[in-house]
Amino acid sequence: MSEKKFLYVNRKAPYGTVYALESLEVVLIGAAFEQDVSMVFIDDGVYQLKKGQNTEGVEMKNFSPTYRALEMYDVEKLYVDKESMDARGLTTDDLLVDVEVMNADQIADLMESQDVVLTF
Amino acid sequence: MMLHTVNKSPFMSNNLDSCLRVAKKGSAILLIEDGIFAALKGTALTDKVSAANADTQIYVLGPDLAARGYGEDAVIEGVKVVDYAGFVDLAVEHDKVQSWV
Repeated sequence: MSEKKFLYVNRKAPYGTVYALESLEVVLIGAAFEQDVSMVFIDDGVYQLKKGQNTEGVEMKNFSPTYRALEMYDVEKLYVDKESMDARGLTTDDLLVDVEVMNADQIADLMESQDVVLTF
Repeated sequence: MMLHTVNKSPFMSNNLDSCLRVAKKGSAILLIEDGIFAALKGTALTDKVSAANADTQIYVLGPDLAARGYGEDAVIEGVKVVDYAGFVDLAVEHDKVQSWV
């Protein structure tokens, strides 16, 4: 199978719905097939990368450490939407992984350059 | 008086807006699950929520804040953090609960 460019678009906060966790699982599956994987975090998706998540009180699995493990699966292209970060008062210092901040035009170009776009 | 709960992110739905529009002065609003993002300082919604807190006491569920990486220090001044026992107390103290799901 030839390598394709996969972009995963993440728009939901973690824990309130299952989308963030499901996205991570699909990303890891895609990476196992040695595809070219990128992830972009838009809208509440930027909250997935917030430092300091502690889920003891809600008795759910804290899957945020998995984002730090993505580079071991060669998933290194992580992007966040500047407008979404600004609206939520977030800076890259608040995030638990290194990301590239993109504006809307850059995200549009990123989407155009892909073979497959999957949104969660 | 009524207790309103909001469990959706204010950035992704208009549930909080609907709640604020309908909530009577003196009622209470408890932010839970993804609703907690409305309780945070330094966001595009902080001023609106802070203003609403003058008429209706706003509460936020601490364990849902912690799960999403926020402590009490990140919460807007005047918004009260409660735990699950506090959630129960609020439900008991108010004669009805309206859930803006």
